[in-house]
Amino acid sequence: MIKFVLMVNRQGQTRLSRYYDPVELNRRTLLENHVVHCCLSRRKDQCSFVDYKDFKLVYRQYAALYIVVGVTDNENELSVYELVHNFVEVLDKYFSRVSELDVSFNLTNHSRPELDFLSLAPLPVCQHHFLSFSTTSCLSAPLPVFSTTSCLFL
Amino acid sequence: MSDVVEKTLTALPSLLSLDSQSGATKLSSTSKLGNLIRGITELTSKHEEEKLIQRELASIKEQVSSPNTSMRQMKELMVRAIYCEMLGYEASFSYIHAIKLAQQGTALEKRVGYLAVSLFLNESHELLLLLVNTVLKDLQSTNLIEVCMALTVVSQMFPKDMIPAILPLVEEKLNHPKEIIRRKAVLALYKFYLIAPNQVQHIHNKFRKALCDKDPGVMAASLHIYLQMIQENPEGYKDLTASFVTILKQVVGGKLPMDFNYHSVPAPWLQIQLLRILAFLGKNDQSSSEIIYEVLDESLRRAEINHNITYAILYECVKCIYTIHPKSELLEKAAKCIGNFVLSPKINLKYLGLKALTYVVQQDPKLALQHQMTIIECLDHPDLIIKRETLELLFRITNAQNVTVIVEKMLEFLRVNKDDYTTIDLVGKVAELAEKYAPDNEWFIETMSTVFSVGGDMMQPDIPNSFLKLLSEGFDSVEEDRKLRLFAVDSYVSLLQGEPGKLPQRFLQVISWVLGEYSYLREELEAVTVLRLLAKLLDMKSTSSETKSWVLMAMTKLCEGGAGVSVAQEVCEAYSSSLDTVLRQRAQELQHLSQDCELRARVLPRDASLEPLEVDSSLSFLDGFVSEALAAGAAPYKPPHQRQEELAQAKALSLEPYSLSLPISMSSCSIADRQSPTLLSVSSGLSGESPDLSHKGGSTMLKLDGVKRVWGREGYLAQREPVEESAHVEVPSPLRSPSQQGDADSSHSQTPTPTPTPQPEQEKQQLASSLFVGLGSQSSVCLMGKSEQTTQRFRRKAKGPVSSSGAGAQVSNSLVSTPNTANNLLYNNLLDSNITSELTVSSLEQTSQLSQGPTAANGTCDVELTDGDMKESSPSLVRDNGVVAADPAPHEDPDRPEDLCLNTHLPAEFSGLCHSEITLLCSNQSLDLSACHVQKEDSLALVVFIYNSSDSDIQQILLELDSDELEVSCVCDSAVQEARSHSVAVCQYSLTVKRPSVHVEVVGMVSYQFPVGTPQSVQFSYKLPLTSFIRPLTVSTEEYGTMWLDFSHDTKQKLTLISDGQEPLVDTLNVLKKKLKLHVVEIIGMEGIVACRLLQDQPCLMHCRLHAGTLSVWLRSPVPDLPDCLMYYCQRALQEH
Repeated sequence: MIKFVLMVNRQGQTRLSRYYDPVELNRRTLLENHVVHCCLSRRKDQCSFVDYKDFKLVYRQYAALYIVVGVTDNENELSVYELVHNFVEVLDKYFSRVSELDVSFNLTNHSRPELDFLSLAPLPVCQHHFLSFSTTSCLSAPLPVFSTTSCLFL
Repeated sequence: MSDVVEKTLTALPSLLSLDSQSGATKLSSTSKLGNLIRGITELTSKHEEEKLIQRELASIKEQVSSPNTSMRQMKELMVRAIYCEMLGYEASFSYIHAIKLAQQGTALEKRVGYLAVSLFLNESHELLLLLVNTVLKDLQSTNLIEVCMALTVVSQMFPKDMIPAILPLVEEKLNHPKEIIRRKAVLALYKFYLIAPNQVQHIHNKFRKALCDKDPGVMAASLHIYLQMIQENPEGYKDLTASFVTILKQVVGGKLPMDFNYHSVPAPWLQIQLLRILAFLGKNDQSSSEIIYEVLDESLRRAEINHNITYAILYECVKCIYTIHPKSELLEKAAKCIGNFVLSPKINLKYLGLKALTYVVQQDPKLALQHQMTIIECLDHPDLIIKRETLELLFRITNAQNVTVIVEKMLEFLRVNKDDYTTIDLVGKVAELAEKYAPDNEWFIETMSTVFSVGGDMMQPDIPNSFLKLLSEGFDSVEEDRKLRLFAVDSYVSLLQGEPGKLPQRFLQVISWVLGEYSYLREELEAVTVLRLLAKLLDMKSTSSETKSWVLMAMTKLCEGGAGVSVAQEVCEAYSSSLDTVLRQRAQELQHLSQDCELRARVLPRDASLEPLEVDSSLSFLDGFVSEALAAGAAPYKPPHQRQEELAQAKALSLEPYSLSLPISMSSCSIADRQSPTLLSVSSGLSGESPDLSHKGGSTMLKLDGVKRVWGREGYLAQREPVEESAHVEVPSPLRSPSQQGDADSSHSQTPTPTPTPQPEQEKQQLASSLFVGLGSQSSVCLMGKSEQTTQRFRRKAKGPVSSSGAGAQVSNSLVSTPNTANNLLYNNLLDSNITSELTVSSLEQTSQLSQGPTAANGTCDVELTDGDMKESSPSLVRDNGVVAADPAPHEDPDRPEDLCLNTHLPAEFSGLCHSEITLLCSNQSLDLSACHVQKEDSLALVVFIYNSSDSDIQQILLELDSDELEVSCVCDSAVQEARSHSVAVCQYSLTVKRPSVHVEVVGMVSYQFPVGTPQSVQFSYKLPLTSFIRPLTVSTEEYGTMWLDFSHDTKQKLTLISDGQEPLVDTLNVLKKKLKLHVVEIIGMEGIVACRLLQDQPCLMHCRLHAGTLSVWLRSPVPDLPDCLMYYCQRALQEH
């Protein structure tokens, strides 16, 4: 199960966060700081999975942007690692070369034609990008994203 | 899919036109959100960011509350509020506006509204209730978009109590022509299943339809539900195994549309999901496993592309292969896969390989041998995560021979580790290993010292506790005990002489306890020296007051002799005026006891910890005080959870229209935090009686046991042995570099690093041989559970014979029956008829072992007989619980025709009354003893049949019955004196309950004499469920009301509801009424009141309320323990149903 998804830049600023388990607001900031510290302090030759408390972090770096996914211990880390990549590929397709700022700026942008049926497809679920993500993935591939995480990504 | 897209595109131009701007990125640079984000990015300090956001929030707040704000502006404001909250600044003022937006906006605005709601609120938020109507409306909308939005938000979050309101609508959507709607409906139902499984029970067949849906998306969505359901109850879905296999075959074979491919791998996440389901289905089940083998083989074969995602699939395959019933070819292939992973230069793969290996070594430790060199390299890996995973693996293969090396490695890691969570976890593991496999005293004490100093104050409190318990209870040999304690004293004294300031508080507490108890063992050590050392601890600033009271306690035990008393006096002076009351008390105790040697010897006898403490868990000694207080007008005591519930009820009234009956906090106070007196007595009775029972299995242990059962002693091993050989040879793999070629097993030097220096290599070899010792040769031993096979050094000593004669049986009782957390698992299993017999037998074996002790000690009967008696009577314990007893037609056991005859001997006055099955209590060559109980209107009769099977008459039969829980009185005219040859004598007794307990038992002895020969005696016991004593109590609602308030003993629990019919409450109460013979007083709406009495005239009242799909039951009675016992039977009755 996925507990949360974070996108942070190298400065540790949160660009996007989505929690699938209720976490109090003030604890989120704390958690994000810890998590970011955990991942940013690791070198490239170290493995992309980190133990964090009673769950695991799976992270992947794209230039200055880190995507961190918190998963339960019984999850298949490598599949989540690839799921992140799938996500980014979809973003990339949607924004035609996605950059860190794209993610932030398009919080609920749906004026582009692909997004019009946003409202038809997934819907609120996650913040903008997951939104557009799942939308686009609906266009190209109806389901791959869901397979591991089901309602989590919607 | 494409037609949906088309339709939407054509349907939406009107919506689009609302949005005047266009162009994705250009738009955002001019929008307010864009400005906000840019502003934040430019800032350098956190403080400035906070100021900016606060300003932003203030302006949003002002605008949202202004009546002139249009919905479109509102949408824009909401987006900014979301962003602010995402950065961690609360925007709670906007929650209600988000709901409003979802209610009132047009499609696009609605979408943002829903988005905001799902991000802002959590499941238990009370505002969510306001959304219910909106969702309801949108679900009925003809607009696909709106239906989609509503379904999505429902699958995100929905108040549990309101599910029934929308369930029919969601169900209806399962038949919707659009696949996306069907898919979303399935996901919404999945959500419902997660939060309230019994609400969707009735639609299970529709899930099957979803599984067969022609759209792969819908099918994939339904897999989530199935994974969950199969995980909980694999037995129920075995018939679907073939379907899942077919689906997986199609997926693997590339039958899905190309869209599902990810890097040309067909639907990888779907494959993983299916493999997980198959693993659950094939576990412990050979016939299902056989269906699965082929597709697993194909999956392995197809997953050959060199890509991460195929490795992820392979990993899942490996896990599945090692979970289901073993097949040698597949195991071989899986082992090869693991080898490839572990040897891979890619660090992520190595990690996955280690994880797989950790999973697998539980069943096949030899596999670790093959990769020993790699494992050793991973131990020294610069990446702590890899190291940690390796230690986890080593933990699983630890045995008595390699324990020192492995623990050393773990401690090494602990010393450099900074992460608290890992420390806590690992420290627990080291302690577990040390306790289990310690080679000698010195090592054990030293290791535990390191554990205590490294683990510090973070570690689980049960580690020091069990350590101290181990020390005090001792082991089998007195001499060994003495040595161990002596060594502990020595090493702790020298620690205190060093720098005690650096030691963590927990460790200091352990030290002071040990010194207080055992420093007398070291004769040349003067008490005053120890006292001074301890006093030094008190002076240290870092010592916490808790530790200080431990220290003072230890000093109290030690202060003797002139010098000692003077040290004690000094300390007393300093602390008798302490502000901390506990410390002050301890200081006072120290002062008094140091002056009065006699008193001290009585209060703190040396080495007294072996004597069991008796704890009166029901606090019965306070009864007098309580009744006095009640008579004086005090309010009866209510436990906290009860008060809380009442409070919540009062609060719930204000939310009448939505009938939100309880806030979430209530549901948490369920069974888990209630301890019934029965459980307490069990745990105290069990502690330390046998290593098996008292063995505290950590979570890992539990898991291990579960998996192990698959691998039968003969079944698997026999097949595996030859395979192992071939696996050795075939190790070379595509992933290995040439330098890595060579058998990992070979004893001569081999290492994957290209230019190895001989020195470290040799070290590695040595390490390898010390780490993996004991794994290869006797793998069968390891397979079957190393803990049983290796002689454990610190085996807990068995306690002396248990005092009361029925204790052994009592244990058996509680093993099977206690309705509480600790035994819940066992208990649940017992209800499952399939495994009942197996479990009963195992618990029986324990029981009979236990019971032999005390009975043999009594010396009155031969052990063999008792053993047989236990075996005979205990199964009936499971069988005749209430059900049979309530059944007017008794079962007749075909094996024992004499039952039939015995029936005819039943006294005439009992004909027409229901009686339990006649059970054979014991028999020997001369007589058979059977009994049954008969339920009369207001009493319970026990009928004992004595059948004389010998050829001569038996004389002077004397039957003595006794029971801890029951009052037994002989029905005068039925006392037997003699039994003629081959005839039956019958005795009757009437039983009443003295002290309720889940199962009550009568123990007895028959002494008899043949005309020639010496007197003989036979012992027996007869168990019966408490339900036999329950009768309906007919009261009116008013009477019920007054009685309710008078009763002081109560218990409360949530039970499952029987929800097959229209009226779950009525149905459930009827089941209880039928099975337990309760009287249903009245049913008012969601609540029902029920009454019953325990013979003679001890009432028990029950109050039931429907809440969120469960039945909250509250039992009250003037009799202690009765509510707990009755609760147990209610729970059982409902589960059996």
